[in-house]
Amino acid sequence: MEPGTTLPTSMTAERLQPSRWSQYRRRVMNAVGLGAVTLAMIAVVVPLCAVLWYTIGEGIAGINWEFFTHLPTPVGEPGGGMANAIVGSGIVVGLASLVTVPLGILAGIYITEYASARLAGAIRFFTEVMLGLPSIILGIFAYAVVVKPMGRFSAYAGACALSIVMLPIVIKTTEEILRLVPQHLREAGLALGIPQWIVIRSIVLRAASRGILTGVLLAIARAAGETAPLLFTALNNRFWHSGLDQPIATLPVQIFTYAVAPYEDWHRQAWAGALVLITLVMVLSIVLRLIVSRTHSTSDQ
Amino acid sequence: MSSHPVTASIAQSRRGIVGNKVFFVVCALAGITVMVLLVSVIAQLLSDSRLSLQRFGIGFLTSTTWDPVAEEFGALPFIYGTVMSSLLAMLLALPLSIGAAIFLVELSRGWIRTLLSFLVEALAAIPSVVYGVWGIFVLVPWLLERVATPLSERWGEAIPFLAPPAIGPSMLSAGVILAIMTIPIITSVARDVLQAIPASQREAAYALGATRWETIGIVLSSSRWGIFGATMLGLGRALGETMAVTMVIGNDPSIHTSILQPAYTLASVIANEFTEATTPLYMSALVEIGLVLLLTTLLVNIIARLLVWSLARRFRQA
Repeated sequence: MEPGTTLPTSMTAERLQPSRWSQYRRRVMNAVGLGAVTLAMIAVVVPLCAVLWYTIGEGIAGINWEFFTHLPTPVGEPGGGMANAIVGSGIVVGLASLVTVPLGILAGIYITEYASARLAGAIRFFTEVMLGLPSIILGIFAYAVVVKPMGRFSAYAGACALSIVMLPIVIKTTEEILRLVPQHLREAGLALGIPQWIVIRSIVLRAASRGILTGVLLAIARAAGETAPLLFTALNNRFWHSGLDQPIATLPVQIFTYAVAPYEDWHRQAWAGALVLITLVMVLSIVLRLIVSRTHSTSDQ
Repeated sequence: MSSHPVTASIAQSRRGIVGNKVFFVVCALAGITVMVLLVSVIAQLLSDSRLSLQRFGIGFLTSTTWDPVAEEFGALPFIYGTVMSSLLAMLLALPLSIGAAIFLVELSRGWIRTLLSFLVEALAAIPSVVYGVWGIFVLVPWLLERVATPLSERWGEAIPFLAPPAIGPSMLSAGVILAIMTIPIITSVARDVLQAIPASQREAAYALGATRWETIGIVLSSSRWGIFGATMLGLGRALGETMAVTMVIGNDPSIHTSILQPAYTLASVIANEFTEATTPLYMSALVEIGLVLLLTTLLVNIIARLLVWSLARRFRQA
């Protein structure tokens, strides 16, 4: 209320004083609301703990040397491992990174360093939309452009699908990090007569290298856990792959195959695989956290 | 550079000009790639589903028959399964995520806030197939014993959605697992939205004597569009989620009113049947299912992005 204005006569001090009942009600509502919010927070964390608890508890029994070094055994024969699937995952994700990491970083550079505001906005929008596409759709696409022309399922097709999954993640994080690099660094470089592309390569990219690494690791973590786009691109293989143009086993697909099969022994292997996968992803997330917090603490100085 | 003779630096600047051009072109090509890629994904799906589009037309979306042997294909059971499981997930996830976001922004600070934020992000990082394994062996039996069976015994006769018999792999299981998977997305976006609300708004509310809860109400009402955007992002994820759902929904291509019975989703039918599609028409029908899924998630994502962006822009200007 403006200072100096007088209260209407109907709003005397007595009328403004809230009744004791309404005060009480407000206080109860406050307590109930805050309690509900706290419960919601707990309810959100519980499933995480449950997933971790069971994956570790059930998975640890299947983890042994054989799991990492042996091929799967035929149904009914105990033992065996997922060595081929673990190596296969590494190969497919590695192939995908080989294409996507440079491509994504270059695209991120284009958005921040070259593109007009409107074009940059458009590419950013496409990237965001791409990020939201169901990964199985990208599997269909990879099937159409790689599997069909080649005439068979292959590691290449799987890598193609995964690289489309990874691309928007790399672009987005690169672009966000490059925007944080202070403008005066670029201006200082240009003022020294250094060509723009060398300024970008040797000054801007170096300043942003840790953040870009974060984006790359994030994309790798995401791709390593993807199953859907591999189902009909890389397919699966019970043995070691005999070439990159052949079907290849990957850890997530193997876990899926084992989990939905009706064999007790395979279920144990599926849990063990899940434990390996979740450990990988969690270690990557923690590494990411450390990188990010160190970047923040150094840039604060 | 300054130590070089002038001629050398001219030569260098010429190299610089060429380098600049080459580098620019390479970057531009990379930048355009993502746009070309998205357009070609849509175009590819359109062209590969032509056979089915021509054969079934719009009836594809409304037919309930899915019979690969007779080559009769209709997508309604899958559309129903996708929409229903996602709605169920939103119904469960929304109150919890908003509550958790409020807790993170308004009630916690220091290391507790950092730890909880990290846990929420960790929840988002767990691969879908791991949720699926946990879903099959832990969640589904637990839900059947503790939730589905008691519900159907108690309310089954009165409410058709809860009609018996309760079956383990079901729409309910899918809804719950989708809720768990979408909660981190909605929570973290809603948290960012709440953080973007200027502190002055909270201070004004406190100055007027509002309680903490009333202040939260005011903050929520001015961030409602951003939270709606967050929900749409979660919905987009739920609609396209494949592995975990495939493993717990029961994969039954018929429509049951009861959510305690099996169902099927668009993404799941692609995952399960794509490698089995032997005839061109069967394959084409599956690709058309993919197209339906693509267009739906595209729409939901675009709406979500525009909302979250416009809100962020408004607060940056303010």
